[in-house]
Amino acid sequence: MFSELLSPVLWLGGMALIFGCILGYASKVFAVEKDPNVPLIMDVLPGANCGGCGYPGCEAFAVATAAGKANIDDCPVGGSAVAEKIGEIMGITSDGSQRMIARVICNGTDENCTNKFDYYGVSDCKEAVIAMGGNKSCQYGCLGLGTCERVCPFDAIHVTKDNIAYVDEEKCTACGKCIDACPKIVIALVPASKGVHVDCNSKDKGKEVKANCSVGCIGCKICVKNCPEDAFSFENNLAKINYDKCTQCMICVEKCPTKAISGDSTKLKINN
Amino acid sequence: MNMKHSTFRGGIHPPYRKELTNSKKLLTANAPETVVIPMSLHIGAPCNPIVKKGDSVKVGQRIGEPNGFVSAPIHSSVSGEVMAVEPRLHPNGQKVMSVVIKSDMQDTVHEDVQPKGDLKDLSPEEIKSIILNAGIVGLGGATFPTHVKLSPPPENKIDYCILNGAECEPYLTTDDHLMTESADKIIYGLKALIKSLGITKGYIGVEDNKKEAIEALVKALGNDENIEIFSLHTKYPQGSEKQLITAITGREVPSGGLPAHIGVVVSNVGTAAAICDAIQTGMPLIERIVTVTGSAIKDPNVFVVKVGTMVRELIDQCGGFVEEPMKVINGGPMMGMAQFSIDIPVIKGTSGILCLTKADAQVAKPQLCIRCGKCVEVCPVNLLPLYLSEHSLKNDFEKCKKYHALDCIECGSCSFICPAKRTLASNIRVAKREIIASSRKGK
Repeated sequence: MFSELLSPVLWLGGMALIFGCILGYASKVFAVEKDPNVPLIMDVLPGANCGGCGYPGCEAFAVATAAGKANIDDCPVGGSAVAEKIGEIMGITSDGSQRMIARVICNGTDENCTNKFDYYGVSDCKEAVIAMGGNKSCQYGCLGLGTCERVCPFDAIHVTKDNIAYVDEEKCTACGKCIDACPKIVIALVPASKGVHVDCNSKDKGKEVKANCSVGCIGCKICVKNCPEDAFSFENNLAKINYDKCTQCMICVEKCPTKAISGDSTKLKINN
Repeated sequence: MNMKHSTFRGGIHPPYRKELTNSKKLLTANAPETVVIPMSLHIGAPCNPIVKKGDSVKVGQRIGEPNGFVSAPIHSSVSGEVMAVEPRLHPNGQKVMSVVIKSDMQDTVHEDVQPKGDLKDLSPEEIKSIILNAGIVGLGGATFPTHVKLSPPPENKIDYCILNGAECEPYLTTDDHLMTESADKIIYGLKALIKSLGITKGYIGVEDNKKEAIEALVKALGNDENIEIFSLHTKYPQGSEKQLITAITGREVPSGGLPAHIGVVVSNVGTAAAICDAIQTGMPLIERIVTVTGSAIKDPNVFVVKVGTMVRELIDQCGGFVEEPMKVINGGPMMGMAQFSIDIPVIKGTSGILCLTKADAQVAKPQLCIRCGKCVEVCPVNLLPLYLSEHSLKNDFEKCKKYHALDCIECGSCSFICPAKRTLASNIRVAKREIIASSRKGK
């Protein structure tokens, strides 16, 4: 009775011992050398696996950073805080590039912009553009059907009741997914510290813009003429801000006749 | 004379509603006072306008010069004075450079419009150049320039030319009227096509719900051994190029391939009639037949219309609307484009104007997929619409590509048959666009 029980125990125990030795030996001999920094970097990364850095997930980014192939401040989600921590691990300092956020450069809400027709199709911008470029009179404007909202991994972009997408500046990490998904290419990355933006994407001539939208850039160039810092350029019937030059003096915001330039004075106080 | 009866796998039977216009007489639309002729009447590069404001033009005079090989010249459809050359609303929803001509109601024909001689004496190259210069494009709706189709790469040996008279789109009776009234023109045009391709065999495919048209064609054909008329099952999308080829020749266009790869050229019957006109009278393509129909139209009719006539005028000639239409479609209900304005011109590809009342144009709310597989059953190109649509909705376009989304012919059979009213075709169309865009980016 006892020996019947003993023999399988011995057999299995013996086999376990032998296989254990083989595995232990193999793990030493065939070990893949890993950069010790990789797990350390992995720990400080946000772990969202968003792909915003251009690498397939956080681990790939950690490997690339440890190998010196990626910049330590390339993680858009972690921003400067994570860059600093990676810098400590790697023994280098971040060059402190500014934080960027996505911005919907259109303010053509239902109230401001007219519609060409009623759209009854699938509620998705990519589907709507197939039907004659979407139902907004302005062919460059935000359709507000929320394709960006659905691709955002950070819940940072939302379509409001008046059918325009807005970015939550706190949550946005500039991963760029909404920019890739938007069929109208009406979302762009802007510096988070700047509060003055041209909120119009229309490359139409002024007369047409005025007929379609009450807050469009009509190409009057008043901003270009009045900017003391010479921060405005004008191309494709649209004013464009050079964020490096802009001091957020708000003169353009006051002068713009259609209020196509928006100014956030809270940012002005923070920066000064 | 040879009557056969064949079809393809899959397809649907939508309510045809052809009775609204199929017994009506073919009318000629009132001469328009002003025509708006867009410089993009075909697939491919738009034309460059070669007239300017104040010029006087005659019927058949060239006003748009083709811009590249896949393009076709554009001619004036009236005589009169050019009022403007400016961007105007096009049925594609965009503003397109157009020539606006005020008609003098004289219809003076341009001196270049001369008969081109007997078909026997014309060489294949001469026929091709007549077709090119007459601005002839595929009149089925896609408006692909015909001369490009007739110049296949030398490695593709062409065996057959097929004329498409299936007209499987519900409501439309454009080709039906053309075949009944001008069967001899169609046969002549097919003979010209056969000669220009250097082949001997031609087929005409007509759905079996157009008995009169088939009779007229058989009568016009006489004892010609080289041309066969096929009576096809009445089924949508019988008039789709690839499905028509399978039904008639038994050959199948390979995935990602063109009809020319299996030695077939397909043209619409309207195109053949236009070729006949271009040879016999020398008149370029300046008018076409348009079905104005639908439940919102008071008196649906079929007209011969000059290119550039406003759609609003045609609707007025049908007695206007019964009630404010919910939807106006350029083309048929299955593949046509919904319009937001009726102030658009008739272009070479306008086969019909369909106006639907609120009751007819209701949009059902999509429900969840119940995996019944009906979409798979009806798909004429053997795709799996339910999975393609799922992957497209999840933005997984790589998977869509793997499941051959690019072979979708956008016929809409899957959306039509879906008991859950899912927008399958629409989702697949998005996937197709995304795949094409990403492959362009990759290059």
